Amino acid sequence: MSKSKGIIKSLFEKPWEKDQIAIDNEHQGQTLSLSKYKVGLRTIMVVSTVIFSLFIVAYSDRMLVHDWRSMPEPWLLWLNTGVIILGSLVFHFTKLASDKDQNDKTKNGLYLVGFLAYSFLIGQLLAWYQLMSSGYYATTNVANAFFYLFTTLHGLHLIGGLYFWGRTTSKFLSKNSKVEDVKHSIELCAIYWHFLLAVWLVLFGLMLFT
Amino acid sequence: MSDEYEHKLEAKSDYTADASNVGASDIDAVPEAEVADQELYHSHSWWTTYVFSQDAKYIGVQYALTAIGTGLLGLVLSWLMRIQLAFPGLGWLEPAAYYQFVTMHGMIMVIYLLTALFLGGFGNLLIPLMCGSRDMAFPYVNMLSYWAFVVAVLVLLASFFVPGGPTGAGWTLYPPQAITAGTPGSNWGIILMLVSLILFVAGFTMGGLNYIITVLQLRARGMTLMRMPLTIWGIFTATVLALLAFPALLVGCLMMTLDSMLGTSFFMPAMVSLGEKLSYDGGSPILFQHLFWFFGHPEVYIVALPAFGIVSDLLSVHARKNIFGYRMMVWAIVGIGALSFFVWAHHMYVSGMNPWFGFFFATTTLIIAVPTAIKVYNWIITLWRGNIQLSLPMLFSLAFIVTFLNGGLTGLFLGNVTVDVPLSDTYFVVAHFHMVMGIAPILVVFGAIYHWYPLITGRMLNETLGKIHFWITFVGSYAIYFPMHYQGFVGVPRRYFEIYDSPYIDTSTLLLNQFITIAALIVGAAQLLFLYNIIVSARLGKKSKKNPWKACSLEWQTPQMPPEHGNWGKETPKVYRWAYDFSVPGAKEDYIPQNVPPSEVTGAKVEKT
Repeated sequence: MSKSKGIIKSLFEKPWEKDQIAIDNEHQGQTLSLSKYKVGLRTIMVVSTVIFSLFIVAYSDRMLVHDWRSMPEPWLLWLNTGVIILGSLVFHFTKLASDKDQNDKTKNGLYLVGFLAYSFLIGQLLAWYQLMSSGYYATTNVANAFFYLFTTLHGLHLIGGLYFWGRTTSKFLSKNSKVEDVKHSIELCAIYWHFLLAVWLVLFGLMLFT
Repeated sequence: MSDEYEHKLEAKSDYTADASNVGASDIDAVPEAEVADQELYHSHSWWTTYVFSQDAKYIGVQYALTAIGTGLLGLVLSWLMRIQLAFPGLGWLEPAAYYQFVTMHGMIMVIYLLTALFLGGFGNLLIPLMCGSRDMAFPYVNMLSYWAFVVAVLVLLASFFVPGGPTGAGWTLYPPQAITAGTPGSNWGIILMLVSLILFVAGFTMGGLNYIITVLQLRARGMTLMRMPLTIWGIFTATVLALLAFPALLVGCLMMTLDSMLGTSFFMPAMVSLGEKLSYDGGSPILFQHLFWFFGHPEVYIVALPAFGIVSDLLSVHARKNIFGYRMMVWAIVGIGALSFFVWAHHMYVSGMNPWFGFFFATTTLIIAVPTAIKVYNWIITLWRGNIQLSLPMLFSLAFIVTFLNGGLTGLFLGNVTVDVPLSDTYFVVAHFHMVMGIAPILVVFGAIYHWYPLITGRMLNETLGKIHFWITFVGSYAIYFPMHYQGFVGVPRRYFEIYDSPYIDTSTLLLNQFITIAALIVGAAQLLFLYNIIVSARLGKKSKKNPWKACSLEWQTPQMPPEHGNWGKETPKVYRWAYDFSVPGAKEDYIPQNVPPSEVTGAKVEKT
């Protein structure tokens, strides 16, 4: 009976009552019917969300000061946004393919996801280069500093994701392994990819509209 | 328990009398495990057994020893500061050194000692054992967490040896002074401090992930959330707080590092330093204060909640009585945790905020006193008509209640804006936060170490040495901090490296300073006794019985004591009750461990809490 019940709801249990004792003795020791990896991923996403939210708060607060000079968005960022959206889409279809145990499709999907992620990172570096060569340094104005900070942190998150993508892919490529063995990893990586897409869209939108 | 249930139990025991085992197996029935047993990592070499261990118990002890070692440095720094304050004529410390010691003492005690000890130390030791798991969810990540902590400590200590020495900006590290010339350690010291904090947060996040997931997902069968000991509730909630609050510190540290190294202006306003206009412009120092205290106030509860949880268990075990109002205690822990994110700006009443802002935070601050007071009442009612054993853990717990109450009451003064304004930046504040956040949790740490030492070593700590240690620490800390309240009232400012011969400062202040310093030296020296006790008892202490305190919680029910790798032998325990079945009427013993099936205690009536 591994039915999961909200943590908040369980706060109202009366563990000393006879009916509750009977229910509690059946308890399997798990609060949520999720794998520990999924709970871990969710925790990490919550912590990352808090970090990015605090940066956004700092950004909005700092923006109000007179010395703020908005930074122009190079066209390359639009291309990068396209690439990261595409990456998320491909990961979604890869996940669907792995659900249906389609070996080849999953494999190709994983390759493509990696390629798109690395292209995105390179694209971001090129955007940096474009900005710096037109004189937008971190020290020139704090708006630029926020841009470099946001892209760096987002990039580091993606590099962290690529580490797990690499582990999953190499496990998949090793001998005798089937989609079955990496299904869960693919699902988790896909979730993380969508999360990073969402973070990027929020950050890019923020910089675009301010 | 209702009569119906007793009746049923009697009926069951009749069945057992029928020479069939149906009865016992029926009321003890626990469904087959649906969750697969945890796979364990087994070490193969000396290095992976004793250094890079992945066993949570061992990591817990590693964490605790590292934290205590760092804490001793913090203690020595406080001695040096006290000598300077009592005898300013000696010229013992340069002003710069005094500020550096203040800063390092504060940061070490709050973060590298208390946070690491409660969550890294007790969390790792107790979570798997008390929840009935074999190990943490991700042992490898857990090991990384400890070593990240070690690196953070090393980076912090390295700042003593860089040019300019460690930062002297105060533990709050407020910009702009933290990174402006003239503040000690404004070049290298502050960078190392910030890097060390960033490493600490990264390491803690890895550990925190483990604590949360182990508590949520890897408990023993039958261990519902509401059957967990309050220690686990405290550590769990504190971990959630830490995971949500440390990001604010991380964000602040990252941006200040950039301000310092690259010359960005996140926090640095336009300013003139040494007659020269700096390149900074427009940054907001108040923004840093908000970020810092958005972390800093939950941090108080990150330390306090595990202490609350542990002390609840110690009181219950050593008073042989169930904890009063278990559910209310859990709610209070969760409630305090939630409210702790809405009180941060009470640290900033004099920063020039909008008065309505101060009004809001004064209100929330008073509201958070409600669940806290509920806890204090419940501890006292737990003791009421209990069979109080004046063992060392009990003595320390009692001392905790008094000290925490004391610190809490002065908190009411400081939480009100109008009362706080004249008192802020005086010794009254120093007395308040040392009572509530220094002495109170440390007393719990001592109680907990006396309580769980046999679980780690299989031996008891020496009782006589412990009693001497207790009385010197308890009475001594009052000798140190009570006079500081008075100093605060007469207006002695904190953070001054010497109190000048000023007509505004009463002469009694100097005498009190000498008295406090002597008390501080004695209390500090008494800790050596404690260290001696810990070191010597590990080899020569009296052998402990299994479950020496007759506790109900699972950590004492392992097949071996001290528990072995994997904790539980062949099968993980099954849990049939909460952790507080003490002095149950009708039971043979005055305690029923959590894993004793009902068939073995058929006569026992379970009381409502």
